Amino acid sequence: MSAAKWRRAMSAGSLAGTGQTGTHRQEPAGPSSKESVSSSTSTRLGRMRASIKPRHILCLLAALALPFVATPFFTYQVAAQSLILGLVALSLSFLAGYGGMVSLAQMSVAGMAGYAVAVLGVSGTEISLGWHWGVVLVFALLISVVASALIGWLSVRTDGIYTIMITLAIGVAFYYLVLQNYSVFNGFQGFQKVHPPVVLGIKWRDPIPLYGLALTCALAGYFFVQWLVRTPFGIALQGIRDNPRRMNSLGYNVTAHRVAAYAVSGLLAGVGGVLLIWYNGLISPGSVGTGWLINILVIAVLGGTKHPLGAFLGAAIFVLMQTFAIDLIDRERFNLLIGGVFLAIVLFSPDGLLGLWAALRARWQLAQAKTSTIRRRP
Amino acid sequence: MMTRGERWTTAIVVGAPILAFSAWAIHDNPRLYTLTMLNSLTLASLYFIVASGFTLVFGLMRNVNLAHGSLYLLGGYVGYLVAAKTGWWVLALAAGFLASAVAGLLIQVFILRRMQGQDLRQTMVTIGLSIVIADVLLWIFTGQVYQLESPAWLDGPIRGIPVINAYSAYRLSLLGFGIAIGLFLWWLLNRTRVGTMIRAGVDDRAMLAAAGVNVNLVFAVTFMLGAGLAGFGGVIGAVELSLVPGEDTRLLLASLIVVIVGGMGSVPGAAIGAAILGLAETYGLAYAPTYSVVFTFVILIVVLAFRPRGIMGVTT
Repeated sequence: MSAAKWRRAMSAGSLAGTGQTGTHRQEPAGPSSKESVSSSTSTRLGRMRASIKPRHILCLLAALALPFVATPFFTYQVAAQSLILGLVALSLSFLAGYGGMVSLAQMSVAGMAGYAVAVLGVSGTEISLGWHWGVVLVFALLISVVASALIGWLSVRTDGIYTIMITLAIGVAFYYLVLQNYSVFNGFQGFQKVHPPVVLGIKWRDPIPLYGLALTCALAGYFFVQWLVRTPFGIALQGIRDNPRRMNSLGYNVTAHRVAAYAVSGLLAGVGGVLLIWYNGLISPGSVGTGWLINILVIAVLGGTKHPLGAFLGAAIFVLMQTFAIDLIDRERFNLLIGGVFLAIVLFSPDGLLGLWAALRARWQLAQAKTSTIRRRP
Repeated sequence: MMTRGERWTTAIVVGAPILAFSAWAIHDNPRLYTLTMLNSLTLASLYFIVASGFTLVFGLMRNVNLAHGSLYLLGGYVGYLVAAKTGWWVLALAAGFLASAVAGLLIQVFILRRMQGQDLRQTMVTIGLSIVIADVLLWIFTGQVYQLESPAWLDGPIRGIPVINAYSAYRLSLLGFGIAIGLFLWWLLNRTRVGTMIRAGVDDRAMLAAAGVNVNLVFAVTFMLGAGLAGFGGVIGAVELSLVPGEDTRLLLASLIVVIVGGMGSVPGAAIGAAILGLAETYGLAYAPTYSVVFTFVILIVVLAFRPRGIMGVTT
């Protein structure tokens, strides 16, 4: 066959192919654009309704019913704390799972928001400026977003493994800054008596309101991440995670996407940081020390960074261990336990507990398939 | 590479404020200035000894060993025990080096080798290890502050130095240690067969393996050496600073900043980075105590902004 014949045959084939798919995909042209828009929204709603399974509703009901069933101690100390830490871990899990950037400075960003609340708002220390809580909140979130974007800009200029070093250095440097500076950050003492404001006549520091607030923010964060990773930005981010050079040559601005991802994670961490200082009622350099920087990584990795749910799962397990491990082992040895668990997870299941669950499920299904459809040969 | 004009601009922008500050400080209080200079250079030697191991491991294996600080502390404690038992400081030095080297070898052979090439996972494992090692050390040695005595032949000040009159002999010997370690590493990397292999591995691991070199062995030796240097630094630092939980983080941070500023994987870069960090920290503490960390931080940011791979870093 000559080259010309080849070409003709190829083009004919491809034409036929496109024709076929064209007829296959033929859709009835909508009479008006308005109707098609409404139909698309209705299908989206329908898809959403279809994607909600009984277990989701069960989870939500359980979360809503929890404060009325459990003791106030459990609601406040365990449930609210897990949700708040989960939110901070979610910011890391979003960066690591969808952006491929493991930042150890997430707790520092959360701490910056916390310190902003303490310094600008009302606390038991004279340094605090005592601004209105609404203004303080705006500033706190703004600071965390800007700081996170700056950290991102610094660390994404180099790639991969360098990120973890640079963010760790920045995080520890922030710790030493707040430790040594007395004029703004009140040094070793930090700030005490930082309480959430009384709004609408509700004391937000009480277990049930705080739990409700944390649950609302956690759910919002969860669905926000779920939604964001399906937007064009989220898809591009995942593309950059998998192959930055290719995305770059496709015309995507890799650095801008990464910095934007850091800014988004800064918002999540900032909300978590504000809730955390309201939960603790105080902030000190210890809250942003190396231990906590690493704890956030432990939480995110423990649950699994491939899905936003992992952060909350990891946080729940972390808090449960922290609260109840004292009964089993010496309180002093908690770090050994958490370090050991973290080591085991990294060594044996890099995708965390969610990865373990997925592997177990795949195995179970495989085993089932084996017994039902594939006949075993002797 | 920078053009000549850029180099001159950098030199003027960086050098002029430093010269101006030095001129003012010498005029103001020559003794304080000279003392601070010596203090910063001796601190820089300690940083260099610890960070050179870190950068060596990173350069060859692309493995950020975040347990480096814990190995420093481990070496220090072992050195302390040996010194307390035998009373020989030199023996303590050797013991600290060996203890950390063996710990490093175990980590490399039993854990890191199983996940070769997975940089992020290796780094996370070292984070886990650092938590565990730090807690075990806290368990054994409690939170008490240990201080190693300096050996008799280095005890006491050296007198009769011009401007400053007297200076601690031990601190001055640190400078010697730093230079000796630097020369040793230079000799090892440039004049021996193992060093050639390490340098080849830094440039192209796959090619080195293809050339018939047992890469695993080279990795193990390098990791051992890097960990051992951390332990060596631990014993030296046990006299100069002190042994207490939390020092591991401090030295890890110092190592991180040194290699980020100096350029990752480069031993001369580690020397430059250590000098910069030592100078910034000590002068910061002497002249502006509340903001000494900010200086370090500003240096880090400026270097990262203009040379993302560090001063001696190679752009690949």
